[in-house]
Amino acid sequence: MNTLIVNGRHVKAREGAMLLEVIREAGVSLPTLCDHAALEPWGGCRLCLVDVTRNEWDGWAKMVVSCMFPAEDGLIVRTDSQRVVETRKVVLDLLLARCPDTPLVQKLARDHGIEQTSYQPNPEPTDCVLCGLCTRVCDHIGVSAIATVNRGAGREVAPPFHEAPPDCIGCLACAEICPTSCIPFTASDSKRTIWGKTFEMVRCTLCGRAFITKEQAAFYDGRNGVPASYFDTCDECKRKAQAKQFSRLSAGAGR
Amino acid sequence: MRIESKAQFDSAVRSAKKAAAGRKLDILVCCGTGCLANGSAKVAEAFAAEVEARGLAASVGLFTKKTGCHGFCERGPLVVLKPSGVLYTKVKPEHVPEILDKTVAKGEIITKLLYKNPATKKPVEQYTEIPFYKNQTRVAMRNIGQVDPTDLEDSLAHGAYAGLARALFHKTPEEVIAEVEVSGLRGRGGAGFITARKWRAARKAAGERKFVLCNGDEGDPGAFKDRSIMEGDPHAVLEGLAIGAYAVGAHEGFIYVRDEYPLAVVHLTLAMEQARQRGLLGKNILGTGFDFDVKLSRGGGAFVCGESSALMRSIEGKTGEPRQKYTHATDRGLFECPTVLNNVETWADVGAILEHGGPWFAAMGTEKSKGTKAFSLVGKVKNTGLIELPMGTTLRHIIYDIGGGILDDRPFKAVQTGGPSGGCLPESHLDSPVDYEKLTEAGSMMGSGGMIVMDDRTCMVDVARYFLSFLVEESCGKCTPCREGLKQLLIIYDDLVAGRGKAGDVARIERLAAGMQLGSLCELGKSAPNPVLSTLRYFREEYQAHIEQKACPAGICRDLTAYEIIPEDCNGCHACFRACPADAITGEPKKAHTIHQGRCIACGACYTACPTDAIRFFPKVALAAAASGQGGAS
Repeated sequence: MNTLIVNGRHVKAREGAMLLEVIREAGVSLPTLCDHAALEPWGGCRLCLVDVTRNEWDGWAKMVVSCMFPAEDGLIVRTDSQRVVETRKVVLDLLLARCPDTPLVQKLARDHGIEQTSYQPNPEPTDCVLCGLCTRVCDHIGVSAIATVNRGAGREVAPPFHEAPPDCIGCLACAEICPTSCIPFTASDSKRTIWGKTFEMVRCTLCGRAFITKEQAAFYDGRNGVPASYFDTCDECKRKAQAKQFSRLSAGAGR
Repeated sequence: MRIESKAQFDSAVRSAKKAAAGRKLDILVCCGTGCLANGSAKVAEAFAAEVEARGLAASVGLFTKKTGCHGFCERGPLVVLKPSGVLYTKVKPEHVPEILDKTVAKGEIITKLLYKNPATKKPVEQYTEIPFYKNQTRVAMRNIGQVDPTDLEDSLAHGAYAGLARALFHKTPEEVIAEVEVSGLRGRGGAGFITARKWRAARKAAGERKFVLCNGDEGDPGAFKDRSIMEGDPHAVLEGLAIGAYAVGAHEGFIYVRDEYPLAVVHLTLAMEQARQRGLLGKNILGTGFDFDVKLSRGGGAFVCGESSALMRSIEGKTGEPRQKYTHATDRGLFECPTVLNNVETWADVGAILEHGGPWFAAMGTEKSKGTKAFSLVGKVKNTGLIELPMGTTLRHIIYDIGGGILDDRPFKAVQTGGPSGGCLPESHLDSPVDYEKLTEAGSMMGSGGMIVMDDRTCMVDVARYFLSFLVEESCGKCTPCREGLKQLLIIYDDLVAGRGKAGDVARIERLAAGMQLGSLCELGKSAPNPVLSTLRYFREEYQAHIEQKACPAGICRDLTAYEIIPEDCNGCHACFRACPADAITGEPKKAHTIHQGRCIACGACYTACPTDAIRFFPKVALAAAASGQGGAS
């Protein structure tokens, strides 16, 4: 167990933890946009910047992103030093200029005392904060149907060549992980559409409900020992069947 | 034939030297990129054909060599005759018979092809007497221009791989690192990290698989020294890498070279093949049992791939974007293995250090910056080209003695070093010595050795804007401060140069710059505000003029500048009329001309063309003021 000081308070950290986790466990709030429990930290949004120092550093401190800095023993962390607060405000100010109409960004900015951006508001407002969660979750699943394209100010999330992505399996993970819900999709019992690609659904052989896309079923077929028959029934029917099984078993036990 | 022992290496060098000495005369035709663009390939062909036709190779031992960049690109195509050392400039294929007839056959000098010293107005025969060359000390570029980069034998004759032989036959890896430590060598990519410290860390790092990498992703506007080294002396790079690999215990290396350097790719590839054939790369190098081989990794032209972590990701086949790391590459770098990444020039220095010893290198330079440093000297300077000098040389010496002063003898205004991560230094810094610390203190940096000289016809606000426009496209866009910050800075600067600057803009720039320096993920973003901050530091009054008076003191920002002809100074030579691209000038020859403001695009071509200084520029706002004043009067 490592011991650190966060904003003057001693806190314990589990081995292998990053600072962000320790800071939040200590009850200190830190905004983040690109952090997600299911994914490797990325360090792109720069909102979780903190100052770290050590007693032996003679007052010298460095600014690091807490999501990627290991919570080493003896670290002295400040989330509220003047330069950290000021830098975070500049980042939020810039994000607000990029996404002037986005409620989440407006709220984060307002929480830090920014009502209006000091910079030029984006003439073509977007809700995309370029946190990279969508592309990273897509990579994580193993599909990599979308990616960021172009560099610098022209960076955006897109499928290859801005065409319907051949690799997309229509799982909607990108849309659901998006912190500003800015990836559009439509879903009905028969069809799903995302990234300009339409997917046919697989229906549950028991209840008839459409629950995954054919591409999803094909993608998982055979992976990690999942048999194709696994997708004959939906999760709900599987749960019901299991519940029935349990109730039969417990009825039998009581007899 | 593979070289498999020290004796075989010594004999290979002896026979290479003997072959070189056996030639009576070498004709060195510069085939660096600058001279090639000026048609030097045709000159080399003409020499080869003419020598062949006349049977001179057999009779007088004449040998034509296509060499790497001689550096004096301004005067290319360049031809040097050895051993006499005569340099001919701006040589065309039609000059070839004359050179063979006169200089080669009779030893007569062709005066019209000589370099003329502008200070003395006298032609200079020997290239070593030309101030541009006389004031240089070449280490990393020791063989460039001397050797045929496609000929390993020629390189061996000039000392290539002597350092590697000394390391492998006479030193342990620790002793190699100690030698480099004594030399004081620091990273030539610009940051100046102590090379021996990096190597030692990688040597000590746990892991069987280690890498040495060469950063040839030189991308700073105006910089081309790494290009010239890779093109002109690829064996120096390979030798350095092999020595480094031996020192840290690596058996694999990569040279990351941008694909926009096609000649570098060709020469490096060829050099690698030749080195493998002779047992200087690959398995059991020089019969010592040491294995090391190099692969070439070609970059796709992203500036950010010169950043250490982005470069490694790019080699790994991933998107060339930096990743945040709080571990050193010497512990976990390429493919998570201990990795040493050094710049092309650093690697090229290593062979010479091992050959001549650390103390030899450390005897040059300043207390903390040892040895020599290569620079690409460009901009408004008379002798543009590639130079190498001891650290600690003053900027004044570089610009005025080697560079020959400012073009057209205009006043000096600033010198930009370090590319988009560096800054612009004013005249008050001309006498400061060039070393890592001094440049950083002054708000610039060593960077990759680009040195852009600017005259009084340079608007410093516009210069900062230019670097922002470069960076806004070259930022990878991963982190918010760099991506959005550069975009917003450029918007502010676009306003400044267009006369839309507002009170408070400077404060907004400074706040944003601080946020980017502290908040950005990699060094590209952290250093991106440097051109902005250094121009603010030294040329703040130009910002004020743009914002408060809507005036560009240098007369460069077109939206803020108007030109007019002073009638009494105009001799009607018509030069401005011919120069004007917008048909905005009228006037009969020998009579005073007039600029029509409505059509003038304020490009300044007339100002440059006028031989009698009869054209002046002034703030455009004065035009509007005059117009409204007239309107009020009538």
